[in-house]
Amino acid sequence: MSAGTRQERIAQVVRATRAKPGRFRDEHITMAHGAGGKASQTLIEGLLLPAFANDALALLGDAGIVPGDGAIVQGDAGAAPGDGGVVAGATGLALTTDSFVVKPIRFPGGSLGELAVNGTVNDLAVSGARPLALTLSLVLEEGLSAQELREQVQEIALAAERAGVQIVAGDTKVVERGHAEKMYACTTGLGALDPRARLSPRALRPGDRILVSGAIAEHGMAVMLARDEFELDAEIVSDTRSLWPAADALLQSAGAELRCMRDATRGGVASALNELARASRVCALVHESEVPVAPAVAAAAELLGIDPMYVANEGRLLAFVAPEAAAGALAALRAVPGCEHATEIGEILTEPSGMVLVDTAFGGRRVMDLLAGDPLPRIC
Amino acid sequence: MRFVHEFRDAGLGRALAGEIRALAERAGAEPGRPVKLMEVCGGHTHTIYRYAIDSLLPDRVELVHGPGCPVCVLPMGRVDDAIAIAQRPEVTLACFGDMMRVPGSHGSLLDAKARGADVRMVYSPLDALRIAARNPDREVVFFAIGFETTAPSTALTLRRAKAQRVANFTCMCNHVTIEPPLRSLLDSPELQLDGFVGPGHVSTIVGLQPFRFIPAEYRKPIVISGFEPLDVLQSIQMLLAQLADGRCEVENQYRRVVAPEGNPLALAAMAEVFELRPHFEWRGLGTIAHSALRLSDAYAELDAERRFPVPGVRVADPQACQCGEVLKGVIKPWECRVFGTACTPERPIGTCMVSPEGACAAYYSYGRHSRPRESEAALQAAAPAQAAPQVLA
Repeated sequence: MSAGTRQERIAQVVRATRAKPGRFRDEHITMAHGAGGKASQTLIEGLLLPAFANDALALLGDAGIVPGDGAIVQGDAGAAPGDGGVVAGATGLALTTDSFVVKPIRFPGGSLGELAVNGTVNDLAVSGARPLALTLSLVLEEGLSAQELREQVQEIALAAERAGVQIVAGDTKVVERGHAEKMYACTTGLGALDPRARLSPRALRPGDRILVSGAIAEHGMAVMLARDEFELDAEIVSDTRSLWPAADALLQSAGAELRCMRDATRGGVASALNELARASRVCALVHESEVPVAPAVAAAAELLGIDPMYVANEGRLLAFVAPEAAAGALAALRAVPGCEHATEIGEILTEPSGMVLVDTAFGGRRVMDLLAGDPLPRIC
Repeated sequence: MRFVHEFRDAGLGRALAGEIRALAERAGAEPGRPVKLMEVCGGHTHTIYRYAIDSLLPDRVELVHGPGCPVCVLPMGRVDDAIAIAQRPEVTLACFGDMMRVPGSHGSLLDAKARGADVRMVYSPLDALRIAARNPDREVVFFAIGFETTAPSTALTLRRAKAQRVANFTCMCNHVTIEPPLRSLLDSPELQLDGFVGPGHVSTIVGLQPFRFIPAEYRKPIVISGFEPLDVLQSIQMLLAQLADGRCEVENQYRRVVAPEGNPLALAAMAEVFELRPHFEWRGLGTIAHSALRLSDAYAELDAERRFPVPGVRVADPQACQCGEVLKGVIKPWECRVFGTACTPERPIGTCMVSPEGACAAYYSYGRHSRPRESEAALQAAAPAQAAPQVLA
């Protein structure tokens, strides 16, 4: 057997192995299970999805969708067979939840409290739902200074006001010193499905363009540097912000031509692209030289040996738009404050299905896979 | 980024690729047999896959991945020893990130951590010393790995620990040296290598002298190379030029960093703190005499292997695993029996699948996509009529 055919056969075996749902076979939870890479995927696909089996969850969108009649949306509710999207014009609700354990709780450009609002608001926004209300659970560590708590609560109130949502229910718990790090927050968000939205993680089609709403990797890098583990100083501030204005602009501009949006949080742009390429059974091709990265972020990432594509964002979304609507959507996005650097970074291809490829700035083409380990500290 | 982007210039890369293509016709011993160049260092392997450099090379030039990934050459027994120390209730074990995922015979340090062992990731041995200073009630053990590249920073940390009399700090030393495994490879009858892309970082410390035996005794060229994509391409071009001219020398492509004499201060620190082990086991290469370092008698009190009992049991590699053959360049990553199926980066069997510098992990993460090499016509059309980029010299 010639080398070429064997190499190709192995590539196919690997591709087939990857396409299967992850199996959760670990004996213990390790930090990698929380990193948004492959271990997280096995935890979700191998344990959580089978346990709670239902179509809304199986879509692995950023929010669960409850249509107007109160029934959980079925996998084929959309116009196209197999779509997990929502029928245009449907009035329904979207529900999502997120926990925030970032360390330190205050970092350049943001705080745990601000993330707790924006993170959940953004999961609703990229699901095509206008954020309405949040619940808030706080887990506080014995000994936390009242002043620090007061500041975080203030941050939560301010972020909620800016995002136009109300905190309508809540809970507090206190745990013994050492059983939490200062404070954790969990927010659940309720949103109203936007009648313009026709979004689904399975809706990506060959030819679609990939837009990013701004320069990437700022949040994760800001938090990493704020932890003082690297003795590295740089003027990098978190990108945390509500993405509803960006989502709103995209929906207005592209309407049904907007296939899907995703906020590129844990695991960064690379992980979000991998999840969607897999869900839609297409290939995502990224042009590395087009991806906006601020010089300070690029330099810090270079020094630390980290690829910005894998670094978390808390105020950046990826939008997948039909080719004919891409230019308009990009212009609309750039008009939104905070999204001035929005860029088209790639396109959707047919093959190899379920994979992400990147054309490197140097001229080669390679795979951009999910991250296997957990090189990064807690960032959200 | 200045001083980085210059070395990733796609236009210069295409120009070099054109020169490599022309030289490849004249280089090489026998017609028909490809020119086999080994990049010794895992950092080069990573660059080659990260930038898809192999897709720019003609079929006639074949890159063989070498043993220069310190995580990859560590035998399972040493991981077991580290876990035995880490599981002691009084111990905090500090190590570099990718080391945590290397499987021993009963799981990795990461697994030991999940079971309750206090294992911390550090970015520098000084971080480990700092942990010791801040936690006087803990026995902090730094698990040191690496070639001559990282050995000086371990040596300086141990010097400082001794000077400051930090009583709760020790080092489990797994530092290895570059020359013995190269010799072992050159003596291996399985391999037919035509030249080496030499390890730039190691050379920063040791200089060029340790590599002179390669042309002198084995008649093979070696070019010490930097780690940016243009560095690697230019080194390949320089190797092919030597082969085409019938020369074999030690050449230094990485002159902006590597001095011919290396770094005398770093070498002095190493000489003070370390001594050669009589022998050390290398994964896949077997036991090699005088190929690794341990703490010298002057630093005995800082030696974790003397402070704590370690099993020291030699553990055979898993049968299915072919890391040894991959490390020697006998097979390509994808030719291993378990590549990509039983052995993946998230569930590695062999060490080569663990570190991002490991040949298997690099190939799995970046290179699986089967990729036609650029056609000769396309390369020639793209290559401007200019010489090798002078900016690099």
